[in-house]
Amino acid sequence: MTATITPVDVNADAAQAADPTLLPGLVVPRFRRRHKRNPLVGIALRVISIVAVIALWWLEARHVGDPERLPSPLVVYHNFGFLFSQKDLWGQIGISLTRSVKGLVIGATLGFILGALSGLTATGENLIDSPMQLLRFTPFLALIPLFITWFGLGDKPKIILISLACATPVYLNTANAVRNVDRRVVEAARSFGLKRLRLLKEVTFPLALPGILTGLRFSMAVSVLALVAAEQINANSGIGAMMLTAQGNLNTQTVFCCVVLYMSIGICFDAIIRVVEALSLRWRAGVSVR
Amino acid sequence: MTLEYSTAQPAGLLAVKAKGITRHFDEHVALDAIDLEMREGEFVALVGKSGSGKTTLLRILAGLDSPDGGTLLVPEARTVVFQEPRLVQSKRVWRNVNLGLRRGVANKTTAEEALRVVNLEHRVNAWPATLSGGEAQRVALARALVRQPKLLLLDEPFAALDALTRLQMHQLIRELIERFTPATLLVTHDVDEALLLADRVIVLRDGKLATEIVPTDPFPRHPVGPVFTETRRNLLGELGVEI
Repeated sequence: MTATITPVDVNADAAQAADPTLLPGLVVPRFRRRHKRNPLVGIALRVISIVAVIALWWLEARHVGDPERLPSPLVVYHNFGFLFSQKDLWGQIGISLTRSVKGLVIGATLGFILGALSGLTATGENLIDSPMQLLRFTPFLALIPLFITWFGLGDKPKIILISLACATPVYLNTANAVRNVDRRVVEAARSFGLKRLRLLKEVTFPLALPGILTGLRFSMAVSVLALVAAEQINANSGIGAMMLTAQGNLNTQTVFCCVVLYMSIGICFDAIIRVVEALSLRWRAGVSVR
Repeated sequence: MTLEYSTAQPAGLLAVKAKGITRHFDEHVALDAIDLEMREGEFVALVGKSGSGKTTLLRILAGLDSPDGGTLLVPEARTVVFQEPRLVQSKRVWRNVNLGLRRGVANKTTAEEALRVVNLEHRVNAWPATLSGGEAQRVALARALVRQPKLLLLDEPFAALDALTRLQMHQLIRELIERFTPATLLVTHDVDEALLLADRVIVLRDGKLATEIVPTDPFPRHPVGPVFTETRRNLLGELGVEI
């Protein structure tokens, strides 16, 4: 069926001048626009904003005119070709990604467990929250030398560093989200006999999931940032090492390639979590404002 | 600003003029060319089964939903009381009453006055989470009244209340409407409620206005006597319930 759509077209003033039986000051309501947008528009907007950033970069690079100071996107693109063919870039990416994912998984799990304990019980909060706040304000980057003396030069100090940095965003958001679950719903579930782990699994965690995923998104960014710092320990493999070497050689193009790589890893992580959100939070479609 | 007794007489000028209001949800026709006129101070009850389009019509009059066709004129000052109180949990009761009003227009005294009207002056500083269901709904009513609406839209506002509180709310709302004389549209599926409160009861069926019943008893009405019983039977018959 195709609905014939006649827009609301009464001119209030004209109608009223013509009709003395109307109360003065009647209006046509300003209706809220119904937005049912083509999902492709959203994707297009995302692409456009990224393209705009690259365009601005390209313009600025042209303005500077010196690839040693600011290489243009095209130069960086060509340099990628060189790095992939000559410097085993895939291998380096693999090494770095493994570190960052390992650290993220350990850190996020830790943050989740501690956050849940802290959010669910007063004792948990009293015990866990203060140490976590201390951890949150610890300047890990300054502690890198110590990490080397404690954990040696291999992957261990790198992964520990990333884990610790990743734990706090998930911790904070999980604790908050769990605490803010509608207690009336929890009460109702309790009255139906749900207890402990089943209550958590079927009610509390699903309802807290939006907050937990927000924490995870923060942690993903942190894992990439911590990776940069971590890979400066005994820099001989990974993107961070490559960047450090390039910096030493004043190889701006490769430094830029590494920055772009970190960004790409970040975007990929974010895309993954968006898919997870879309799949696990379908119930939110009828709840959220937008 | 104070809440004043209105001097407008019922059966006065038109406060709502809707013609041919149509609304589709995909294939489903929720409202099929509805014509509705409401006068100042008139209390209209809109009854119908679930899914008959009652709430859709109310939302269109409120400006919360847009029709696919038709023409509509409503007063600028119109407020909605929803089925749930919809209070902002992070604001104290009086700030909820004044929600969105300009500071010059609304202050704590205005809110207190509106809360006194709904007998809640002792809850001015309370948090919404600490209110009972009836109290929260009265705050929602105070929030609607403080705007001095020319059109008051009530979307089953008593449905979630217990029977005793509902009776009190019926009395209260009737008093308030006689005092402030907005045009009032009450969406309900409670036939008794409609017959007790309204000047006019409209039955909505499959998106069309099916019947109109005008109870003639003076207010305050009581759900007793042969006339009431007969009217009630007729109205229920219109809704497909035979008793």
